[in-house]
Amino acid sequence: MENKGLSKVDLIFEEINAKEVLQKAFAMTSEEIIQQVLESGLKGRGGAGFPTGLKWKYTAAEKESEKYIVCNADEGEPGTFKDREILDKVPYKVYGGMAIAGKAMGARKGFIYLRGEYRFLLPQLFIELHKFHKMIKEIGFDFQIEYRMGSGAYICGEESALFESIEGFRGEPRNKPPYPTTSGLFSKPTSINNVETLVTAMMIIKMGGAEYVKLGTKDSRGSKVFSISGDTPIPGIFELELGMSVQEFVNEFGDGDTKAVQVGGASGFCVPRKRFIETIIGFEGVPTGGSMKLFNSSRSMYNVLHNYLEFFTEESCGQCTPCRVGCQQLLKGIEKVKKGEAKSTYLNELIKLADTMKVASKCGLGQSVGNAFRSIVENFREEVIY
Amino acid sequence: MITLKINDQLAKVKEGTTVLNAAKSLGINIPTLCNHQDLCVAGNCRVCVVEQKGARTLIASCAMPVSEGMEIHTNSLKVRNARKHIVELLLSEHRADCTKCYKNQNCELQTLANEFSFGEHIFFDLTEDHPYSIDRSSPSFSKDDSKCIRCQRCVRTCAELQHVSAIAVSNKGSEMKVSSFHNRPMSHVVCTNCGQCVNRCPTGALTEKTYIDQVWDAIYDPDKHVVVQTAPAVRVALGEDLGYDPGQRVTGKMVTALRQIGFDSVLDTDFTADLTIMEEGTELLTRLKKILVDGDKKLALPMFTSCSPGWIKFIEHKYPQMLNNLSTCKSPQQMFGALAKTFYAQKRNIDPSKIVSVSVMPCTAKKFEADRPEMRSSGYKDVDFVLTTRELAVMIRQAGIDFRALEESKYDSIMGSSTGAAVIFGATGGVMEAALRTAYEIVTGRSVPFKNLDITPVRGMEGVKEATIKIEGTKKEWNFLEGAELKVAIAHGLVNANKLVKAVSTGKASYHFIEIMACPGGCIGGGGQPIPTNIDIRKKRMEAIYSEDSGMSLRKSHENPEVIAIYKEFLEEPNGHKSHELLHTHYVQRESY
Repeated sequence: MENKGLSKVDLIFEEINAKEVLQKAFAMTSEEIIQQVLESGLKGRGGAGFPTGLKWKYTAAEKESEKYIVCNADEGEPGTFKDREILDKVPYKVYGGMAIAGKAMGARKGFIYLRGEYRFLLPQLFIELHKFHKMIKEIGFDFQIEYRMGSGAYICGEESALFESIEGFRGEPRNKPPYPTTSGLFSKPTSINNVETLVTAMMIIKMGGAEYVKLGTKDSRGSKVFSISGDTPIPGIFELELGMSVQEFVNEFGDGDTKAVQVGGASGFCVPRKRFIETIIGFEGVPTGGSMKLFNSSRSMYNVLHNYLEFFTEESCGQCTPCRVGCQQLLKGIEKVKKGEAKSTYLNELIKLADTMKVASKCGLGQSVGNAFRSIVENFREEVIY
Repeated sequence: MITLKINDQLAKVKEGTTVLNAAKSLGINIPTLCNHQDLCVAGNCRVCVVEQKGARTLIASCAMPVSEGMEIHTNSLKVRNARKHIVELLLSEHRADCTKCYKNQNCELQTLANEFSFGEHIFFDLTEDHPYSIDRSSPSFSKDDSKCIRCQRCVRTCAELQHVSAIAVSNKGSEMKVSSFHNRPMSHVVCTNCGQCVNRCPTGALTEKTYIDQVWDAIYDPDKHVVVQTAPAVRVALGEDLGYDPGQRVTGKMVTALRQIGFDSVLDTDFTADLTIMEEGTELLTRLKKILVDGDKKLALPMFTSCSPGWIKFIEHKYPQMLNNLSTCKSPQQMFGALAKTFYAQKRNIDPSKIVSVSVMPCTAKKFEADRPEMRSSGYKDVDFVLTTRELAVMIRQAGIDFRALEESKYDSIMGSSTGAAVIFGATGGVMEAALRTAYEIVTGRSVPFKNLDITPVRGMEGVKEATIKIEGTKKEWNFLEGAELKVAIAHGLVNANKLVKAVSTGKASYHFIEIMACPGGCIGGGGQPIPTNIDIRKKRMEAIYSEDSGMSLRKSHENPEVIAIYKEFLEEPNGHKSHELLHTHYVQRESY
């Protein structure tokens, strides 16, 4: 497996001349923009990793005259805080990425769905947005962005629940198909992209897809902003090239006593020390939307798991059975095992339940509860039982 | 056409068909729970998951359209394991007191449990973690959240079919529930008591309020004289709860069964349906005259029918500015109740305080209607207990009656005779047709100009129907209507009613007379009718209604001999003084939230 080692990169937060990049983009055809993004190999930075170029291509191919580009800034995954930093430091690059996406797909309207807890960013974001609207008007491109606020529900980061929320309904995921590229916000073709994805796309237009490909590995092109927290002497936000192993990551950020790294937040995977060397951080190994949480030997992995399950039990939208009831059963199950009210072998039943949730839940939330559950129970079984 | 493989069998189906229906076309049954033919796809219970070759996850077959070359397995190991888990999960959050439950043996969750989850349960009981209380505030139905499995059929019913949304989803995660506005009791929210949610609830979370024991007590009380009336739609649906296929008329057997149960007099709401036509038809003609000839500004057109108590509560909440448009006629149930403790009591020489008046209705809103303070014209509660069609079926079973073996018999007299015009009250358009048969004849002295008296334009399942009838050759006193075109409209299901009323209230449409029934298909699709319901079942009940009509010798309300007699002996004339006292009512404005 390709291993690039750990190296710091500065693409996302690099100050650029946005006007120049946008002028370059608007001079390109839709196909040319999409081609560059496809060539770059960029995959969605929110965590799911769908190829961005394909998403744009599908949306561009729709015949509707009304299309939308939605920026998912509902950053809710526990341990993720990079989008806040991006919006705080380089909002013009988010707006720029949206305008480029708009050009690529034939959309004249963009929405940013901002996490409710980030409301304090709004005054500055509006000032920047005003400047941005002025700038693209000067360039002569017709594109408007509006903000919509989340209200604290984790599920509203799921793309179709996010659309429901913007439309004024209860935030519940929709059935798919139809996918957003055919029928998304207000039932119109919609490309919904993470904050970081849009900034990256703008940088790809600036530097060219071929140049971007030089970063990262075959399966995980480019670099990524990581939100690093937990038992680390240097918590914070770091942009790193993709393709490092967890060991290399721990060497840089660990406190010398790291026993596990939770990659990808509550819905991600727990990597135990014995797997640090062989596990690549990226789509070939453990994918992440940016959350990296380090745990040292003072931490009880039962408590970690219990915390995640409480989170999911509360944050499931509640509409589908596997997720709504499954989360409650997993939580109750480990509590019963811990108290000795259920046999330790009951954990095997719970793993089977987690597997059912993975294949039978309606959306990504329920489907990914099993990731943390399985990886913690399998790797830290004793801690969960005793 | 799309070709796909299901369980290695080839299927050719239309584009847009769901995997669930494609499987059905091959005779492969996939279990479902949140899915309902009358409602939009939800895809949230996940019971119907199947395996699609090449897909990362299982798919919900109810929500997935077929695609070319798809390969589906409906019963693979992976599917079976997931399905068993899902059923077990639902059971773990469901307070399963089956032997005490009103829906025992008519519960879709129970059926699934029998198929997929016998033996030891895998999961822990979650109901202990969720304190619950049963909302019994509505006189029509109870809501027990501890039995709710969050399929949201009720929520979709209330929104899509009824445009009411008295219930909606609140909270999330483990606290997610079906709730009313601010979690108020159901008696204190905009709920029409139509019971359509009750009809579609797969478990015992929503059930009608039963008055079976109270009725038995009255029957066994030697001091009481218990009269029962049966609504027109009951006789074409009761059989479904007693082992018959949909669409079987069981009128005669039902009458015998009621007699065997012990009712002192078995009478027919159809009698007062005919009476309603006399009152309402006269009211319409009088209203037309007062507005068109006398220039009366206080009266309003179009006139709306007032037989459906769900509709009445809907307009009281949502369009209180249009209450003047409602006919002041009570519903047939309440006309019957008022007469039972006056006219009937006198004729039979019974102390009205000793009469217990029971009605059997296809309806849950009738329970609310009977409780209205306006409904005490006799000096007593005019209708003491309202039973649904389902409750009557329970009583018949409790009484140990072999329903199929029963001889047929006829209603008692007095207040037991009826015409075909009354029978069709049970179907959407029926009141309109009955009214036209009589009103046209009053005005012209001739029968309505339709073959066999069948006014087909007002029949059928279309949500909103319209018709225009030209009035020609009027009698002298009605000559102001000569050449006039009487414009009528009909809506069933409150979502359609809302469309029609909105069009009228905004001046986009104008009519003289509008019939509205709260439930899809009219009373045949009422909230008190046998479960399940769907469009095919409702169509069969409707056909049965019209065949009952065409088989009757008298088919116009004004020809009902008992109706003629009651005017002669007691009421004097339609819309007369006594009628106003006993047969007419008024309405109240209710809050809009």
